[in-house]
Amino acid sequence: MMQEPIIEIVDVLEVDGVYRELSDPLSGGICVFVGTVREFTNNEEVVSLEFETYKTMALKEMRKIADQAIAKWQLNKVVIRHAVGVKGVEEPVVVIGASSGHRDACFAACRYMIDTLKETVPIWKKEIFKNKTVWVSAHP
Amino acid sequence: MELLLFGIAKDIVGESNIDLSDQSSVPQSVAELKLFLSAEYPDFQKLTSLAIAVNSEYAGDEVLLKSGDEIAIIPPVSGG
Repeated sequence: MMQEPIIEIVDVLEVDGVYRELSDPLSGGICVFVGTVREFTNNEEVVSLEFETYKTMALKEMRKIADQAIAKWQLNKVVIRHAVGVKGVEEPVVVIGASSGHRDACFAACRYMIDTLKETVPIWKKEIFKNKTVWVSAHP
Repeated sequence: MELLLFGIAKDIVGESNIDLSDQSSVPQSVAELKLFLSAEYPDFQKLTSLAIAVNSEYAGDEVLLKSGDEIAIIPPVSGG
């Protein structure tokens, strides 16, 4: 039986406990994707990233993504959790996880969920460099 | 009728919300709101895309705006 997906926006993203949240007797595979802050963008050194969100809408859009993935692949458990605020290099900013009977489903579902999150969920990322700040993807 | 602003939209306008009721001609639809924004704040025309949400759902150009709606400007998203 599919359990309610865990959908959250948090100030501090803890990734260590995600495995336990996804662990499930009917699952033979667990996939977890963690997005982290990279030090360089186009060879420029990033000091930090700052995330903000339209939270009520973001949670609704994240839930839609989870529901679509659950309908398409037979998933037993799903976690979509995103951080907001200022994050330094190497810090996690998003964790996506799924568990399923066989590995193909959770691999495909995680890929789908992170790709779709980046397209539809109202979360914005500002790159903070030493001398400037840039809203990512804002301009062509 | 309040308009919520996020990300670069907040920087372009210089506020985190605008009261549309104060405007001389209040936009009646999403299409009219986009025209209003482009005219009032030309920097919106430079963005990769511009979406509008009504009551926290993406809304097409044809959607009509009613008083009491929660309306938000959604500039290009960049989560993850």
